[in-house]
Amino acid sequence: MTWALDHLDEILTRAVQHAWLAGLPLVLGLLIALPLGWLANRKAWIHGTLLTTTGLLYTIPSLALFILLPSILGTKILDPVNVIIAMTVYTVALLTRTVADGLSAVDPATRQAAVAMGFGPVARVRSVDLPLAIPVVAAGLRVAAVSNVSIVSVASLIGISQLGYFLTDGYARTFPTEVWVGIVACVLLALVFDLVILGIAWLLTPWTRVRA
Amino acid sequence: MIRFDGVTKQYDTGSGTTSVAVDHLSLEAPTGKITVLVGPSGCGKTTTLRMVNRMISPSSGTISIDGRDTASMDVAELRRGMGYVIQHAGLFPHRTVLDNVTTVPRLLGVDKRSARARAMELIERVGLDPDLARRYPAQLSGGQQQRVGVARALAADPPVMLMDEPFSAVDPVVREQLQNEFLRLQSELSKTILFVTHDIDEAVKLGDQVAVLRIGGVLAQLATPATLLSDPVDDFVAGFVGRDRGYRALSFAAAPELRLEPEPTVPLGASAEQVRATGATWVICVGESGEPLGWVRAAAVTESVTRDLLHRGGTVASTDGSLRALLDAALSSPSGRGVVADTEGRFVGTIRASEVVPVIEARQAAST
Ligand SMILES: Nc1ncnc2c1ncn2[C@@H]1O[C@H](COP(=O)(O)OP(=O)(O)OP(=O)(O)O)[C@@H](O)[C@H]1O
Ligand SMILES: [Mg+2]
Repeated sequence: MTWALDHLDEILTRAVQHAWLAGLPLVLGLLIALPLGWLANRKAWIHGTLLTTTGLLYTIPSLALFILLPSILGTKILDPVNVIIAMTVYTVALLTRTVADGLSAVDPATRQAAVAMGFGPVARVRSVDLPLAIPVVAAGLRVAAVSNVSIVSVASLIGISQLGYFLTDGYARTFPTEVWVGIVACVLLALVFDLVILGIAWLLTPWTRVRA
Repeated sequence: MIRFDGVTKQYDTGSGTTSVAVDHLSLEAPTGKITVLVGPSGCGKTTTLRMVNRMISPSSGTISIDGRDTASMDVAELRRGMGYVIQHAGLFPHRTVLDNVTTVPRLLGVDKRSARARAMELIERVGLDPDLARRYPAQLSGGQQQRVGVARALAADPPVMLMDEPFSAVDPVVREQLQNEFLRLQSELSKTILFVTHDIDEAVKLGDQVAVLRIGGVLAQLATPATLLSDPVDDFVAGFVGRDRGYRALSFAAAPELRLEPEPTVPLGASAEQVRATGATWVICVGESGEPLGWVRAAAVTESVTRDLLHRGGTVASTDGSLRALLDAALSSPSGRGVVADTEGRFVGTIRASEVVPVIEARQAAST
């Protein structure tokens, strides 16, 4: 406990770095997954191909991705951009299916009514399909957020500063307190992400809170 | 006027086979009138309706509105000029009742304030409490949702309404209310309406003309409800129109002026002596403004006429009603004398079935 208080500044700095590395990809990944998920619902063959491909992306070991990306992108190995891009890939892998499911979950009668009222395909997605998909997409985002927070900690192995540092450093020094601090900080951060996503979804979906 | 000209719709059913949903349909739905499409499940009613707003495109043939071929029109513009109402309403669950109703006017670029003002007007007009405007669809009953569906379809004041079984998902009592209000609205608005149902009673009640389709999407008969009931073209239509059609056809025959029997009446609370003084076995009890409340059996009155002594089985016919209502009033009356009220609902006299039947027979003789 005293160790944690003594190192509060460092913990907070690394927590903020961790939050960026896990959070920014969450936003970028969502922005990419939205059109992909929409595309997946257009045709059966796109659906199959896209969801299999994005699903496979998630199986690439994170360490491999962190190390491979610089040679593909021509970035420096210590550049945090590598981590951001890798995490974005994982987010897209997790969210594409969720977005596709969410967008297709609209009651057929509601969709028909929208078509019959003269909504074009884009307007319909924006005003009908997307808002109604929010609860499903938010659930997917929560999973992706937790997953991102945990995967980002691996990046300490390639020397990028975030909370994972306490795990590797504590382990190297056989100093369990530091490891525990790292774990607790990660859990707290995941919790904050979860609450933020829940809060935003809550604000955006007043209709889900009425008596059904 | 919506005009179908040799419209056919074939669906590909895979591996080179096709099935015909609508077969060379030619039909006119006159301006300002209700045309009902009726037929058994799968006979192509929904397909026919959706070809009008091009949610489905015909395989051949043309559909025109006031002489303009719909195929040549901008599809969004075409759809925004038509209200569309479906079973279960298809309301947007994430929008309030008010925002549901303003959807099309907003799409058409009407400013928010005037769209809302008009929506509130419509919400009341379809018989909804204005307080419901702030609610979400999940907070409404099925019947209320259906009314919102109608208000939403009417919001941009389209000349054409397409309605696909709009009242079939609600219970019979609510359905009847919705039907009656629909007829009242239509008498004020005079839209050109294509109305789909599989319920022949609904078709006959609502339609100015009724198109009966058979499986395979072939038009079996297009006629007024009265003609459909009295003169079905073949066994299929006769079978579909169903039993009791002789009796039901009387709904369309206006009651002629008949000589009504005067009756002694007593007010509620009349004493046993008053009742016996009339000398009748069954006496009509009337309310304060002369409206018939029910029959009372003289022998059953020990002290005075109370509400629980009233026999309520009898129906009341109106002087401007149908022959069916007159006959029904007579047949349902415990005294055998059918109660007739004037257009203001005041009791005017009674009539026996034996006096109504000759009128029916005279009509038949005149029409052959
Ligand atoms: N997309 C489709 N592909 C193939 N066949 C179809 C398709 N849509 C409808 N059909 C067929 O076309 C016929 C007419 O269907 P439609 O929905 O118009 O019937 P309906 O009269 O509205 O029936 P219901 O009273 O059950 O609603 C049916 O036999 C149906 O199976
Ligand atoms: Mg149908």
